[in-house]
Amino acid sequence: MSVSASTRSRGLRPSLREALSGYGFILLWLIGFALFTLVPLAQTFYYSLNTVTVGVDGIKLVPVEWGNYARALFTDPNFIELLIGYAIETAVSVPIILIFSMLIALFLNLHFKFKGVFRTIFFLPVVITSGPVIQELTAQGATSIPGLAQSPAVAEFLIQLPGYLRNPVQYLLTSFILILWFSGVQILIYLASLQKIDASIYEAAAIDGASPWEAFWKITLPSLSTTTLVIAIYTVISLSHFSENKVVKYIYRQTYAVEGGIGYASAMSFIYFLVLALLLAGLYLFLNPRPQSNA
Amino acid sequence: MRRPSLDTLRGFLFGNRASYGVLFTASLYLLLIAIGFVYLYPLLFMLVTSFKSMDDLLNPMVQWVPTQLYLGNYLKAYRVLDYPAKLAASALVSLTPSLIQAAVCSLVGYGLARYRFPGKTLVFALILATFIIPAQNTVIPQMLTYKQLGLLGSLWSMLLPASLGQGYKSAIFILIFFQTFQTLPKVLEEAARLDGASDLTIFFRIALPAAVPAYVVSIIFSTVWYWNETYLTVIFLEGGVQTLPMQLSKFVQAYENLYPPGTVNIFDRLNEAVKLSGTFLNILPLLLMYFVLQKWFVESVERAGITGE
Repeated sequence: MSVSASTRSRGLRPSLREALSGYGFILLWLIGFALFTLVPLAQTFYYSLNTVTVGVDGIKLVPVEWGNYARALFTDPNFIELLIGYAIETAVSVPIILIFSMLIALFLNLHFKFKGVFRTIFFLPVVITSGPVIQELTAQGATSIPGLAQSPAVAEFLIQLPGYLRNPVQYLLTSFILILWFSGVQILIYLASLQKIDASIYEAAAIDGASPWEAFWKITLPSLSTTTLVIAIYTVISLSHFSENKVVKYIYRQTYAVEGGIGYASAMSFIYFLVLALLLAGLYLFLNPRPQSNA
Repeated sequence: MRRPSLDTLRGFLFGNRASYGVLFTASLYLLLIAIGFVYLYPLLFMLVTSFKSMDDLLNPMVQWVPTQLYLGNYLKAYRVLDYPAKLAASALVSLTPSLIQAAVCSLVGYGLARYRFPGKTLVFALILATFIIPAQNTVIPQMLTYKQLGLLGSLWSMLLPASLGQGYKSAIFILIFFQTFQTLPKVLEEAARLDGASDLTIFFRIALPAAVPAYVVSIIFSTVWYWNETYLTVIFLEGGVQTLPMQLSKFVQAYENLYPPGTVNIFDRLNEAVKLSGTFLNILPLLLMYFVLQKWFVESVERAGITGE
């Protein structure tokens, strides 16, 4: 067998042979990408330009051009509001998650007893976070900071706030723990990056008289910049894909609703995707470690 | 004589080169315990509430310690969730796609790590794209196709994408395997190639055994993520296979079917304790799995060789 195989392939150039073997290994994925991502994506876009009705005799399409998009952007009173709310909530949550996970990772990188217990605690939410569970916990008021969200002083404070600030602050108060629960994987990645920083750099800095505070800003933080970018992007994506996300829920409801329909839901999906892509692009430009071109 | 003892005291309290000092260590523990408590507060709240009887729920004096270990909520939640059947369904829906997903993603990751071919950068970009594109942008046509094929509600609707490398969060697993295979030494594989071994033989005999930790990490994470996934399962499986989270989201309705509101006395009405018992039963299998396999979870990033880059 192997002899015949090697004589057969001896005719091919080695680089071509290698390329063909490589394509062989990713072949399943390529087929899957076409069948389960590319074609459905194109179909969804096509649906978004039509009014779609699913009947017993199949799917009926009535072209409406960009009508569904216009409806989502200019007529629907809920969608734009939900979209803005999503953007604000993401903008509020991502820095909290980044700072919290970096802080916890810095703590867990120190040497003390029972470190493993704390690692287990801070990773636990990753294992149990599912839409229905979060929904139940939020409904019972278990995801707000204990005792804070219900206090009259806070309610008084909320009324004083202008409208555009009230929603984000309220979201912070009622879902603060939930936001922190999205930090599990991030803590682990930060921890792994921290452990890769060469200890001798810190020693050299200490000998030169740098305080631990200075060492953090001058050594630790710059070493974590790539990790921070990756974690920020991962965080935005996991928040945006979460099944309890209000925009995701709205689009899902509209898919099956009589007044909505598949065409309209598809249009909203593409607008949402565009907003997510813009958020990610903005994040990339904001956090990208400066290329050292002037060196 | 005075100076050294003062130094020792200062070192003891504020730390020196050898240790952090008592004050620092104590405040570190205090801080971590406080943060840990807030972090786990929803779980503790759920656990305590789920053991409360109707009397305890109505009694404002009972906050953290129920007067008795009341199990009635769990008995009701167990029946409402139809626990054994839904547990088995959840296990099936999360385990089988995960096994297939790990197998396929390892092939893809190996191909990307070991072979040079034109268009590799594009393939990486597309893999990243599958991670970014929200499910709702691709899920409706799939659902309609499954409906035509009569696969809606069956396990196949989860297995087919997984077997072609498009399972839930497949991009992460491809990257895990890519990283793993890239860090493994090539020497053995090259020696085997000189001996005339085929590409697949090399993969199965040499690469795969060396990547066992990556497989374990992938299967564990994939199982957890499939278990907790409800967006796809609701769209693809509703009306057919019912998982635990799906049943939990219909808890109120299922409860009222079993205990019709008009016919039961006040103690058997649906209350938050029963709901939270149901929620806890929902996450219990994952919690057990987590505590048994916790080393694999918290060391996953190191073991699978994923770093920030």
